[in-house]
Amino acid sequence: MRKFLLVLMVAVALVSFAAKYRIGVAIPAADHGWTGGMVWWAQYAIKQYQNDPNVEFYLVTAKEPSEQIAQVQALLARGIDALVINPYESAPLTPICVQAFRQGVYTVIVDRGIVSEEYNVYIAGDNYMYGYLAGKYIAEKLKGKGNIVVIRGIPSTIDDERVKAFKDAIAPYPDLKIIAEQPGYWSREKAFEVMQTLLTKFPQIDAVWTGDDDMLHGVLIALRQAGRDKNIILVGGACEKNIVKMIMDGHPLIEVDFTYPPNMIATAINLAVMALKGESLNGFYQKGIPRKIILSTETVTRQNAKDYYFPDSVF
Amino acid sequence: MCIKLKAFLTKYMIVLVLIGLMIFSGIVTPAFLKPRNILNIFWQTSYVGIIAIGITFVMIAGGIDLSVGSMLALLGAFAITTSNKIGDSVGATVLSILLTYGLGALLGLGMGLLTTKGKIPAFITTLGGMAIYRSLVLNFANGGVYMSFSRTFSSFGMKFIAGLPLPMIVFIAYAVLAYIVLDKTKFGRYVYAVGANETAAVYSAIKVDVVRTITYVISGVSVATSAILLSSMMASVSSSSTGSGFELDAIAAAVIGGTSLSGGKGTIFGTFFGALILGVVNNMLVMLNVAVYLQGMVKGLIIIAAVLLQSLRR
Repeated sequence: MRKFLLVLMVAVALVSFAAKYRIGVAIPAADHGWTGGMVWWAQYAIKQYQNDPNVEFYLVTAKEPSEQIAQVQALLARGIDALVINPYESAPLTPICVQAFRQGVYTVIVDRGIVSEEYNVYIAGDNYMYGYLAGKYIAEKLKGKGNIVVIRGIPSTIDDERVKAFKDAIAPYPDLKIIAEQPGYWSREKAFEVMQTLLTKFPQIDAVWTGDDDMLHGVLIALRQAGRDKNIILVGGACEKNIVKMIMDGHPLIEVDFTYPPNMIATAINLAVMALKGESLNGFYQKGIPRKIILSTETVTRQNAKDYYFPDSVF
Repeated sequence: MCIKLKAFLTKYMIVLVLIGLMIFSGIVTPAFLKPRNILNIFWQTSYVGIIAIGITFVMIAGGIDLSVGSMLALLGAFAITTSNKIGDSVGATVLSILLTYGLGALLGLGMGLLTTKGKIPAFITTLGGMAIYRSLVLNFANGGVYMSFSRTFSSFGMKFIAGLPLPMIVFIAYAVLAYIVLDKTKFGRYVYAVGANETAAVYSAIKVDVVRTITYVISGVSVATSAILLSSMMASVSSSSTGSGFELDAIAAAVIGGTSLSGGKGTIFGTFFGALILGVVNNMLVMLNVAVYLQGMVKGLIIIAAVLLQSLRR
């Protein structure tokens, strides 16, 4: 009888265990504003499910690739049904993601891809249009003539793609000149420093494109300090909340921003839950979740800025 | 005559290196030598420079401080948060600055006691401090940005006095003060003695632990100075990126200036110009529009060359 009870208990435990979906979320640690935003959105999405007894989350953040590999190994050892991961770096994280996929873990890759096709879903922002739309906007605003400063992020493939797209967009205008292209490392202080130096070098700067909004803040401070915060076109990117607020309030220098939403991690988490529960995307005739999703780069102006303003978010 | 020249070169080699770099940059881009740009370099250097001066004390006494970058973010965030809370008046701003100095000194004291009384290598305590401070800053801001809402607090960081930016004035004044403390006081001589030969210092009845601990307090106070200036100027502190890499730049500035990594050797004069060399290099990279991917190499080569030139003279 005792033995029977024990077996019964184990069986019940196993069944209740199996019914619960366990999802590992592995993302890079906050090392600049945007990644901070991603951590915030991951926590936000997880909080949405706090009253759902069927889903359980493990969120881990890593400072470098080997740490992230170790974290994913730990998650796999613990036993997860789905892995939502923004790989710190594509190549080194590929084997562990592939291993997860082969073990039958539903694998969602976010933003930075892996060098393999063995995953369930890939969801990312559109780096090309992110750079292209910024370039097109500046070219049209300047009517095809003027001096442009480009302050890019941390030199990397993502950054390269954006800058290349920016250059593609202004290529049809021979009178548009990129007079300087320097890295601001996605940091306010560094962008401030770079802009301060460029302002002394060039008496005429007509437009500045910064690879993201954090750096735009630094540029704004440099312009104000040099008394040159007029007759200049400024474009950042990724919709940091204070920049979006400025657009909402009709800032004279910043009229537009382009999305590269850190909330894609929240979308990815939702997709993983839907897949585990066997739900499909509303309006899709196909059952199941699409395998590759590139989010559109949306243009934020004064008219629609309020839809992109998340005052509680950290980014 | 020859001996005199040699002595002169030994002492001022670093200044010559700096002048050489500036002439080179000036020839390639004339805009480099604009007075405005020279002021900017001084200004941009001052944040790391002030920290480097503090770290020089620590390094001469035979220690190291890796926590300064994260501590800068923590103290900057603290200054912003307290001034936001206390209010917008001048008195409130002064109070928040004093509190920030207090916290900086306290953190330095903690690091100092852990290394001296706790007998933990400075590398480890300050490495731990680096992780702890950054993590606290990230946690309180949830990975986001601390914004200053106090107009008074965010007004002085960009002030000019007699045509000179305030951070630059503080940097120079701080260097002069540090020079006096290190070169003209008994405490200064003790710092050298402790770093050069600990055993000898003990037999000379120098309170080795006290001297060492004080150098960490000096480092903490320096970081507080830099943090207040930087957070006021930017009116914000990013919990994730502010101050990252500052520890390496500050140590590099001290080493370029002739401070020994094994203690006992170094001058404020050297560190001051070492920091300026780093500042000039950073400015050069932008002025000369050096290709993005090559910047690290150019910077590395110049740093190594500067130290090499310094050591060849011996």
